[in-house]
Amino acid sequence: MTNHWIDIKNSDCILIMGSNAAENHPISFKYVTEAMQNGAKLISVDPRFTKTSSKADIYAPLRSGTDIAFLGGMIKYILDNSLYNKEYTAEYTNASFIVGKDFDFKDGFFSGYTKGKEGPSMGSYDKSKWAFEVDDKGIPKMDKTLENPRSVFQLMKKHYERYTPEIVSTITGTSKEDLLKVYETYSATGKTGKAGTIMYAMGWTQHTVGTQMIRTMCIIQLLLGNMGVAGGGVNALRGESNVQGSTDHALLWHLLPGYLKGIKASNDTLTAYNTKWTPKSFDPLSINWWQNYPKYSVSLLKSFFGDKANKDNDFGFSWLPKADDTGSYSWFDIFDAMYKEKIKGFFAWGQNPACSGSNSTKTRKALEKLEWMVNVNLFDNETGSFWHGPGVDPSKVKTEVFMLPAAASVEKEGSIINSGRWMQWRYQGPKPMGDSRPDGDIILELFNKIKELYHKDAANGGNEKVGKNGKKGKKNKENKVNKGGAFPEPILNLKWDYATNGIYDPHKVAKEINGYFLEDVTIKDKQYKKGTLVPNFTMLQDNGSTSSGCWVYCGSYTEDGNMSARKDTTDAPNNIGLYPKFAWAWPLNRRIIYNRASVNAKGEPWNKDKWVVKFAGEQKDGKWTTNKWDGDVPDGGAFPLENPDGTKREDGKNPFIMQKDGYGQIYGSGLADGPFPEHYEPLECPVEKNYLSPQMTNPTAVVYSTSEDAHATCDPRFPFVGTTYRVCEHWQTGLMTRPQAWLMELQPQMFVEMSEELAALRGIKNGERVKVSSARASVECTAIVTKRFKPFKIGNGIVHQVGVPWHYGWMWPSSGAEESANLLTPSAGDPNTRIPETKAFMVNVTKI
Amino acid sequence: MDLNRREFIQVTSATAAGLAVSGLGFDLMPVKAHAQMLKTKYAKETTTICCYCAVGCGAIVHTSQRGDGRVINIEGDPDHVINRGALCPKGASIKQLVENENRLIRPMYRAPYSDKWQAVSWDWALENIAKKVKETRDATFETKNSKGQVVNRTTAIASVGSAAMDNEECWTYQAMLRSLGLVYVEHQARI
Repeated sequence: MTNHWIDIKNSDCILIMGSNAAENHPISFKYVTEAMQNGAKLISVDPRFTKTSSKADIYAPLRSGTDIAFLGGMIKYILDNSLYNKEYTAEYTNASFIVGKDFDFKDGFFSGYTKGKEGPSMGSYDKSKWAFEVDDKGIPKMDKTLENPRSVFQLMKKHYERYTPEIVSTITGTSKEDLLKVYETYSATGKTGKAGTIMYAMGWTQHTVGTQMIRTMCIIQLLLGNMGVAGGGVNALRGESNVQGSTDHALLWHLLPGYLKGIKASNDTLTAYNTKWTPKSFDPLSINWWQNYPKYSVSLLKSFFGDKANKDNDFGFSWLPKADDTGSYSWFDIFDAMYKEKIKGFFAWGQNPACSGSNSTKTRKALEKLEWMVNVNLFDNETGSFWHGPGVDPSKVKTEVFMLPAAASVEKEGSIINSGRWMQWRYQGPKPMGDSRPDGDIILELFNKIKELYHKDAANGGNEKVGKNGKKGKKNKENKVNKGGAFPEPILNLKWDYATNGIYDPHKVAKEINGYFLEDVTIKDKQYKKGTLVPNFTMLQDNGSTSSGCWVYCGSYTEDGNMSARKDTTDAPNNIGLYPKFAWAWPLNRRIIYNRASVNAKGEPWNKDKWVVKFAGEQKDGKWTTNKWDGDVPDGGAFPLENPDGTKREDGKNPFIMQKDGYGQIYGSGLADGPFPEHYEPLECPVEKNYLSPQMTNPTAVVYSTSEDAHATCDPRFPFVGTTYRVCEHWQTGLMTRPQAWLMELQPQMFVEMSEELAALRGIKNGERVKVSSARASVECTAIVTKRFKPFKIGNGIVHQVGVPWHYGWMWPSSGAEESANLLTPSAGDPNTRIPETKAFMVNVTKI
Repeated sequence: MDLNRREFIQVTSATAAGLAVSGLGFDLMPVKAHAQMLKTKYAKETTTICCYCAVGCGAIVHTSQRGDGRVINIEGDPDHVINRGALCPKGASIKQLVENENRLIRPMYRAPYSDKWQAVSWDWALENIAKKVKETRDATFETKNSKGQVVNRTTAIASVGSAAMDNEECWTYQAMLRSLGLVYVEHQARI
């Protein structure tokens, strides 16, 4: 979330699309309701009339997977009716930038496309074709009148010209009347001083065009001036208690902690790596915050390797693993490689992929090909016990499995970070049950044992080195430490002093994540002592004199204490629910990201009542003389762009500080699938043509192709659109809710929701057990025949949609009859993220 | 009587319950009030944040300081600025997640081709996992890729998880995995 949960109350219009917040983030509705009591409108756009829809002022149904068409139509409506915020759009977004001559869009393709040869990627673009024109200083050329035909604004207008209400309605199945009602209501937030917010979740990410669905809304938010303001923003409602933290700390192949880039093979030195990933702006008005990249990467290496990392060894840069430049190592790729017997050992740590991964049949078969697996969890589960799952003969499964009991969250101490980036400390209540242990203790002890083995090897003079494919390599006689095992340096040199009296100490790690001064350092005439905690990331250094395990958390645990444990319930002077002394938010305790866009060029808030920041410096003769901001921690904290008398300041800065040029990105030239979002049909879809272009599906989608990866589109065997979702009483694969009596009593079984019309068509009665099947598998479900689903009129035909929750699995309940919806879902995903398309696929529903 | 906010709520709700039954001809209020106090009076009180979705609601955990030392009750924290004491059905059931007879309470091992689990000690489990990691890593470690670029990695071990871990655990876990040379490092955020 750019904003945070409480801030929803400040909104004038709340769009909930790709989310069913009332069901899945119930407490968020405390703030949706408060906003509504203050006059805000609530819009719910969803294929099904959900709990959220039941509270909404406007409900508009749409067919799964057609959100870009729906929102592209809104962009057109905003532009056609001049409802965009003109000052904001011209001054704060890249709408004024001039796009180079090579950019083009024709027949569903942007310029620079090459079809993929081997898969799983269907194709890729040469993004250099989409570059901006720059002047002789290297600054993008702009036309702030927005009239230049090659400006982003005009190209956008042209791009979305095709998205008429008629065409959009044909694609989405939403009535023209409903479309216009939504467009009109939401676009009203473009007025200066009004705020509209979007609450979305997996309903947007889980598509072959997921990233671009979100991007379409980002464009709308920029056009309406809704970024950075109270009650605005782009708000991803994250679904796991610490999925924000686990992302921040880079439990993802393509990142390092703090959103630093994963290292590629061509980044052969630390300098090459830093140069490659440090953006350079020539615009004096741009803060270009990522120019600090080397400070964060070097501080990270110091946290990884401590004293062993120094200038002479590139701070241990070469000890970290590197990905092939064109390689992908995502979730899909893991199970694809595992299925192809390329992976021997596997950790499923606090996760249940046998039920959570798309096309779980393939996942489960892949597990059979492992030599060993470690499964850490609170409960026995479908992943750890795959070897005695449905249809599996244990005597044929070689995989050794270690199942380790983890402690529950209330049995240990540590922090988690919520969707609004609030880091909050949790305390230990009871001791871990039985012989279970906190994950931290398990990790600490396991690595101690691994390290011991490598030490032992080194002490014994070492084994012969064995390289790839099991071939024996040469002994390394030069370096004593190098004698034990393969490349022992990173293991032996990893800083691993996180125990107190032999027990894992989360405070020690939290301090490491924050970072230390490793030498006496003087910054702006103030001396910071070696061994003290760094107050915030503006003080991190690129010379090895500071450490920080995750730079965005620098400031979370300082000499003033553990900021995440704070409980002061006093609000800030602007009284908009920031609660700046309650817990701690990254970055720098900033509660609303891009808050500098909530003020005009002179630093005055667009909204005087619900202001986020405002410039409070002194002035003399119409010029600012001192720099001071009130309210939230301001982005960057530089002077406003203009003086009170309207003259431009040379030291003023653009508000979007994390963007290279300082402008909000209406045109996104870094995306895999195009700088403007374009509607494509889901990989599996019910229509024979894309009404907007000759190209049916995202030409850059990733699609896997083993014998377990069957797909069926416009196939009479699978005539209905299927989607997955959650219910309030269960969580994710259900592993933390299915073993509980109360919650199981409330939601005991796998079900499929369908319209009365579809039920009549198939002769299905409410409550009957039915079979839902896709090209990949079948799952037994209890039929819920409901008015909540209605057939869609798409083109000249009728399209039915059904929905299944994905919380079940054969282990709990013990009948084994309630299986995972992910047995049905496809092995295809978004080209930017490789997130699977589990929200739109094709199924059949039949009586048993 | 010096009451903090929570005690005040408990006492007043007990009072309301007492009044409701006073029509029976005897006053249960003192008994009810005592029962309410018993629940938490001798318990350790800690705060937590809900382990389900990412709204980040606060809850109060009462743990027995006598007997088995287990959780007596978990309820919404009225002093938490986000949820102000409210919890959804999942959050209100955290006690049943923790105090659950289905929980794993000892390390288990399944041998190749076996049809059963066997209980093992932590030491045995971790030592054997460490050996597997080292064997696999040493046998598959790639110093260079097919293009001859230095990569220092193994692609024969993969990891998924976990958004259910604390920040500090996530950081420690990724540090371990990266030092081992894993590039197949993923978790819930990808799906």
